[in-house]
Amino acid sequence: MTALAALIRRDIRIALRVGGGALIGVLFFLSVVVLMPFALGPDLPLLARLGPAILWLGALLASLLTLDRLFIADHEDGSLDLIAMGRVPLELSCAAKALAHWLAAGVPLIIATPVLGLLLNLDLAATAAVALTLLVGTPALTFTGMIGAALAVTLHRGGLLLAVLVLPLSIPILIFGVAASEAAITGPLSFGAPFSILSAVSLVSLVIGPFAAAASLRQGLD
Amino acid sequence: MTLTELANPTKFLALTARVLPWLIASTAIVLLIGLYQSLTAPDDYQQGATVKIMFIHVPNAWLSMFVWAVMSAAALGTLVWRHPLADVAAKAAAPIGAAFTFCALVTGSLWGRPMWGTYWEWDARLTSVLILFLMYLGLIALWRAVEDPSRAARAAAVLTLVGAINLPVIKFSVDWWNTLHQPASVMRLGGPTLDRAFLIPLLVMALAFTLLFLTLHLAAMRNEILRRRVRALQMTQAGREAA
Repeated sequence: MTALAALIRRDIRIALRVGGGALIGVLFFLSVVVLMPFALGPDLPLLARLGPAILWLGALLASLLTLDRLFIADHEDGSLDLIAMGRVPLELSCAAKALAHWLAAGVPLIIATPVLGLLLNLDLAATAAVALTLLVGTPALTFTGMIGAALAVTLHRGGLLLAVLVLPLSIPILIFGVAASEAAITGPLSFGAPFSILSAVSLVSLVIGPFAAAASLRQGLD
Repeated sequence: MTLTELANPTKFLALTARVLPWLIASTAIVLLIGLYQSLTAPDDYQQGATVKIMFIHVPNAWLSMFVWAVMSAAALGTLVWRHPLADVAAKAAAPIGAAFTFCALVTGSLWGRPMWGTYWEWDARLTSVLILFLMYLGLIALWRAVEDPSRAARAAAVLTLVGAINLPVIKFSVDWWNTLHQPASVMRLGGPTLDRAFLIPLLVMALAFTLLFLTLHLAAMRNEILRRRVRALQMTQAGREAA
């Protein structure tokens, strides 16, 4: 247990310290959300209508771009080999690293959501709905994304291939996240149904992600 | 010959060299029969002659899912049993499956224009098949990204198994969501609801497409084995020149 806690602590400390890996994600989120009104025009009702979708897209892209930090940095300095050889099962180590990544990169996105909701003319209820769905959905994004991150760890030009592999798997999360937010805002369709499915996808990815990532890492590291 | 005996690439090449001409012949015959039956099938009372796109569209769609299932079985063969030719099978099947998916999307789109009034609709069935197509392309990209084929094999095997979760989503998408695409008419509890005049040509065309996949797959596997032999020879020669 202490080994996992140490791993989580280490990853969070590195993410918050080196190169601003965690906060860069928030900056990218901010940039995407700021770019939208330039593209769509300053039409406030339109931005309010599209707000949940824009916020979800920004969060998806921001978490996608920070995913390569999950394994590649450790692979390059050799600590991934040490983690794989340790007594803690690789599946648990991967889960711990993904949890640390979510805490360092995903939670700041959720914290930034109310501020960005103001930029998009979202009212309090809408912003709260989006923040809640992001809270439940960003772990799913991290844990499914880590499958792609593990596959791409041995490729030196990982980058875009990682995005191509992870995007089809994150589409259902995006669909249900936005559906739940919109249902909370506009009313007639139920919020509970897409939100439950989003939570279910999150929980399933919490299990499948570490196993798939560990399998990919094992074949990549030997 | 059992699967373990076929693990020897030389035996596999010898067997497929004998089998392939017969496969090509039977594919051609069944395809001709199927096309004849499709063209002489009656017009639908609502859709007219346009219904005949179904005889191309539906087998393509069935095959696109079937090929991913075959790749998943091959992925299990690679990861669990370390069967030597399982990764060859998986690598050879991916572009064929992507082609079937693409044809299913295009023929469906062309059928949708006169029937639904639109080339595309973001309903559950079309979206999930589009996601399947994107996953095929991602898988092919992953195969090409790693230099050594046997290492690429295990990464691709993991991705194939993760992507297999899309297959039940596609199959049941018309039941779970309110979609524009029509619900299941053939593979459903209670038997097919399709009239015999359409069901028979459809099943014959499905058989023809399956034989087509088998032919193309075995031919592609032969090519892949030969390609790897060429690569091994090149590496041996490069090693000899460097010494």
